[in-house]
Amino acid sequence: MIAVGTELPELAFDVTPTFVISTALATRDFQDVHHDRDAAVARGSKDIFLNILTDNGLVQRFVTDWAGPEAFVRSIKIKLGVPCYAGDKLVFTGRVASLEGRVAVVEVTGTGSLGAHVTGTVTVELAA
Amino acid sequence: MSVEEAAARIAARGESSRRLARDPVNQAMINNWVEAIGDTNPRYLEGVAPPAMAQVWTMNGLHGRRAEDDPLGAMMSVLDEAGYTSVVATNSEQNYYRHLRVGEHVAASTALESVAGPKRTALGEGWFVTTKTSWYVGDELVADMLFRVLKFAPPPSSPGALRPVISRDTEFFWEGTKAGELRIQRWGETLRHPPGPMPPDGDLDAKPDWVVASGRGTVYSYVVHHRPAVPGKQLPFVIALVELAEGVRMLGELVGADPAEVHIGLPVTATFLKVDDELTLPAWRVAR
Repeated sequence: MIAVGTELPELAFDVTPTFVISTALATRDFQDVHHDRDAAVARGSKDIFLNILTDNGLVQRFVTDWAGPEAFVRSIKIKLGVPCYAGDKLVFTGRVASLEGRVAVVEVTGTGSLGAHVTGTVTVELAA
Repeated sequence: MSVEEAAARIAARGESSRRLARDPVNQAMINNWVEAIGDTNPRYLEGVAPPAMAQVWTMNGLHGRRAEDDPLGAMMSVLDEAGYTSVVATNSEQNYYRHLRVGEHVAASTALESVAGPKRTALGEGWFVTTKTSWYVGDELVADMLFRVLKFAPPPSSPGALRPVISRDTEFFWEGTKAGELRIQRWGETLRHPPGPMPPDGDLDAKPDWVVASGRGTVYSYVVHHRPAVPGKQLPFVIALVELAEGVRMLGELVGADPAEVHIGLPVTATFLKVDDELTLPAWRVAR
């Protein structure tokens, strides 16, 4: 039974270099900071880091893994915090913030070793 | 033209023309995406595109270029010119109105929504630029997105700072700036700057020492740098060649001065700009 306050099961990702690069390329984002460590360091980063289109994908997966494959995601609204570098572990947590009929708003946080990497809300229409 | 004026002009153009995605929605790109993300939703293997891929279809790609009328590109150029050379995405708000299916061909158009700044942030001073992108299949709106980036000027201590070459002949000078002293090389009775390995008279046995300058001088010549952008610097800035009271001339940025008030003969005093533990640059301030 889903209700306001229901917690979603945690979802963790090992953010390996392969993960950062394959998700960047699968989202057609070829910015060098997502696949070239030397370029990322030269621009002041510690390492290559996740791109925002991947965050959208991870947040969506976190919610639909819980809501089921027939759920329809209406919106994903995210705000980026600290970067998520290769070598980190990213853990998603979430809870149902509101529920009207079959439409749930889920608050989501993706946390890495540096703190909150991504926070946001997903509006999802649950299957009948 | 100010950043605000340029932004108003770009925003007034409204939506850019619609740019068709390189490829129609296709299973190959979906397969790559679900594999990388690790999403096992079975619908995505049967011709339904993940909603979060909306933006992916119209990404520019490895050698892609922005459209001529793309308002985000135009706004980035304005801010590059103003010295805000770095960019980071901060917010994305996507709405999906239905699922996309394999074979559909989306087109995107973008409008400039707002430009806010300049604001102090942890990354440096910058502007928040918000655009709205809409995706269409034919004339049907299928998804849209508010996208916000921070376009900022990294502080001068960033790796972008230009660094001098420090040699055995000039080491004493840079040790001096670190200590807050302007040191001038001395060969007997003769002062010399920039420092070099040989005295003015060419005596091979001579050895130099140095004196500490008073730091007072007058502008002998100067330039006002308007462009191109320089990492960590706000444009325009002034570089002055200063004739020191001791008689030698020395280059440095003239900080805290309105370029309009700078003139030849302007009295200045030395100041020191610490870049990091290894480097402190000499600079000038107007003597008041």
